[in-house]
Amino acid sequence: MDAESLKLFGKYLGAGITTIGMLGAAIGVGLIFSAALNGIARNPGAEGKIKGFALLGMALAEFMGLLAFVIAILILYVVN
Amino acid sequence: MSANHSPLAQFDVKKLVPIEVAGYDLSFTNASMFMVIAVLCVSLFMSLGMRQRALVPGRFQSMVEMVYSFIANMISENAGKEGLKFFPIIFSLFIFVLFCNLLGMVPYSFTVTSHIIVTFAFAAFVFVGVTCVGFWKHGLHFLHFFVPQGLPGGIGGLVLKVFMVIIEFFSYLARPVSLSIRLAANMMAGHTLMKIMASFVGVGLVGVFPFAFLLIFTGFEIFVACLQAYIFALLCSVYLNDALHMH
Repeated sequence: MDAESLKLFGKYLGAGITTIGMLGAAIGVGLIFSAALNGIARNPGAEGKIKGFALLGMALAEFMGLLAFVIAILILYVVN
Repeated sequence: MSANHSPLAQFDVKKLVPIEVAGYDLSFTNASMFMVIAVLCVSLFMSLGMRQRALVPGRFQSMVEMVYSFIANMISENAGKEGLKFFPIIFSLFIFVLFCNLLGMVPYSFTVTSHIIVTFAFAAFVFVGVTCVGFWKHGLHFLHFFVPQGLPGGIGGLVLKVFMVIIEFFSYLARPVSLSIRLAANMMAGHTLMKIMASFVGVGLVGVFPFAFLLIFTGFEIFVACLQAYIFALLCSVYLNDALHMH
């Protein structure tokens, strides 16, 4: 394997590995919505308030997963 | 697959009318075109909807009023009554981001908000504005925002305080980055996934499955487009609340 294809190999491998970052975001978003559902099941009156906080928490947790996507794009298109 | 059919080709910025002023590239691109279309759509939506100004709104007018009261409620819930002073800017941001996201869902169109530079401009604008509001409202006392309350005294507490101030400061600086990357990466990831799935449809009889997925996913993407616009406006009002009311 010459240096050029080795570099390409490393690039694609690295970009693929970044997808593991989604695992954490998936767990986080799942935890948020399971907690929100529990809360709504216990107290249906508070649904509106819980929904707002759940969406806010989801946005914050999801961002961590999206960083993995950004890193993958950086590795694929920016790193030489 | 040729380079034209890459899943990222849909994000290419193409020059429609090349304009160059004093060495700066000010061309009218397809991104600018879709921003103009979004502004036209928003203006049409708002002005046509409110044309009759009826006391009992019709269907179209109640749609406009629903969007208005939705954002007004969100701001007064998250930033209090004082936050309503900043309703015009947050509403404009929300509706522009919403229409850009939804226009991006039209096939063969261009998603303006999938570019980090566009969303970063919004986010930097909000960040600078919110910081100015904080200083204008609290003066130099606004710097206390970075000092957490209720830390223990003594030398240990002081060391902890220094570290906490550094962490708070950097998390404050990370706000525009997270605000912009969230919107842009969400839009970009969704559209890329749709394009990749669409390229699987043409493989024969098995292509029914990716097609069915694509059908469901398009609905989901429209939901995400609305949700991300809402989250953008929500976080703006949360940041505004921090600046207006500190801790």
